[in-house]
Amino acid sequence: MGALFADSRLSWLDSRSQRIFVVPMPSITLTRLQESFTEEVLGTHSRLGEDTAILKPEALLRAARFLKEEPGLRFDFLMDLTAVDHWKRKPRFELVYHLYSRSTNARLRLKAPLDASSPEAPSLTSLWPAADWYEREVFDMFGIRFRGHPDLRRILMYKEFQGHPLRKDYPIDKRQPLVGPKD
Amino acid sequence: MTETSRTMLLNAGPAHPAMHGVIRIELGLDGEVIRSADVEIGYLHRGFEKHCEASSYTQCFPYTDRLNYVSPLINNFAFAAGVERLMGLEVPERCQYIRVLMSEISRVCDHLTCIGASAMELGAFSVFLYMIKAREWLWELVEEVTGARLTVSYGRIGGVKADLTADFSERCREVTGKVEEVLEEVDELLTHNRIFYDRMRGVGVISAESAVAYGITGPFLRSTGIDYDVRKAFPYFVYDRMDFDVPVGGQGDNMDRYLVRMEEMRQSLRIVEQCLDQMPEGPTNVDPDGKLISPDLMADLGKFGKTRGLLSNEVLIEPTLQGSEKRFHDRVYSADKTSRLPAKEQVYSNIEALMNHFKIVMMGHGIRPPRGEVYFPMEGANGELAFYIVSDGSDRPWRVRCRPPCFPIMAALSGILEGDQIADIIPTFGSVNMIAGELDR
Repeated sequence: MGALFADSRLSWLDSRSQRIFVVPMPSITLTRLQESFTEEVLGTHSRLGEDTAILKPEALLRAARFLKEEPGLRFDFLMDLTAVDHWKRKPRFELVYHLYSRSTNARLRLKAPLDASSPEAPSLTSLWPAADWYEREVFDMFGIRFRGHPDLRRILMYKEFQGHPLRKDYPIDKRQPLVGPKD
Repeated sequence: MTETSRTMLLNAGPAHPAMHGVIRIELGLDGEVIRSADVEIGYLHRGFEKHCEASSYTQCFPYTDRLNYVSPLINNFAFAAGVERLMGLEVPERCQYIRVLMSEISRVCDHLTCIGASAMELGAFSVFLYMIKAREWLWELVEEVTGARLTVSYGRIGGVKADLTADFSERCREVTGKVEEVLEEVDELLTHNRIFYDRMRGVGVISAESAVAYGITGPFLRSTGIDYDVRKAFPYFVYDRMDFDVPVGGQGDNMDRYLVRMEEMRQSLRIVEQCLDQMPEGPTNVDPDGKLISPDLMADLGKFGKTRGLLSNEVLIEPTLQGSEKRFHDRVYSADKTSRLPAKEQVYSNIEALMNHFKIVMMGHGIRPPRGEVYFPMEGANGELAFYIVSDGSDRPWRVRCRPPCFPIMAALSGILEGDQIADIIPTFGSVNMIAGELDR
């Protein structure tokens, strides 16, 4: 884990965005999240003005509940949930959550790195029903499983589809014949 | 249910006229009452996100047109704005006004289509024709500026394709006046219409809590009484200079959604008006005494290397390319040469501009945002439209994610339908304003 963040910090040094947003102040959200989850938060930053926290995947459900229910934060919207396949990097996958709080008008991005071997994360369906379809889509496209999801099946692709199309090792021009009903 | 009755299974769609062709709802029916509804999507999945990963940043624009194909301009600008934030690009003021103006025209088009189509499905066919007529006028405006009606590809990283045409302002005012009349007309036809009212009021109800929990945004959320609008919460472009109201409903039913959309169109037209009033002229990069020459002459001079004179000459350009001449280019494009496409006349006539053009459009060169990620939310016609873009520093995006505004609404649809009757599917589904292009991507 340590190696990953040393590496990603290095890669940020050449970024031109640093010219514009010089050392942003740590936001209240990030500070409070870090105070409550000292062990689980792997890193935070506010590049381009977007608050981001990187979490251990096991802590996702607890941290999300904290962010949703804590007075003064109240992130009541799960705006978006997706994943990124970093392919040759380790850990390979990254779950990306975008939260929005109506009461403070703040946004927050949560990221959780996942290993390539059996990518799995806790489901947030118990907190936000919005997570239901989003998680199905991430499962469909990346093959990441969500523990505790009530109905984890494909959503955009058909049931018989082999593989997960948004993984980087899925060839873009690969064709799969559409399977008709068998009976 | 009595002992002898049982739930009947009924497939609505994928080929049902009111299902807009591309969605299937598996209904469990008890008589006419819906007991369960399983919504199945994905019939129009084209691999938008996968294709973007294999394209350069500029090549993504045609794909974004095809997300919400009723208001493609908003998609264009949302993608462009995301990349611009990633690159730290400044866009000229005039371009920002144009983006706001065109976004609002698109929003009106979108709402006109939504209300028109759902009124038609309830039997009010003349409303559909009136609204499509109004949309046609607006599309003519869009066509005049972008050169296309549907797949416009008008956004560019760092600007827009072309400036507004010379008489745009007058024509636009004329059209918005006529559209307002149509809205009045439709308002009189529908709002107090007994049949329409009875089919809309109290049908397809969603509570504010449940809408928030599902992550629903846009008119659908505002109909429940929550006033979240990205244009107000996170003003982008020049929305902070615009004076407009965010209409909200109270009951979260179909009627409220209809009323919210109607009012939003009037507010959008207000914004259009303000844009036309406030829009600055911006610099032009041609000498005031630049001669007008024919394109053939320009090309010939270019071939013989006589490019010096060309910089101060204005080239006569065909009417379909209005607004993309070099003297308008500076007004609507950022000054940053790493992203800015040079004006076409210059590409055709001098080597510097040709090389600049080459460096931007060729694979392996291209626009290269620095490493990083960005989530840029904008108020699409259906709600929060956002692009989450991850750049690895190369000329192609590592990952492009579109947050489609009607996806969460479709996720909530089965809950909304349960307990209503079969006939209520039509107005409820109509008020979702599902656009399969962005839903399935």
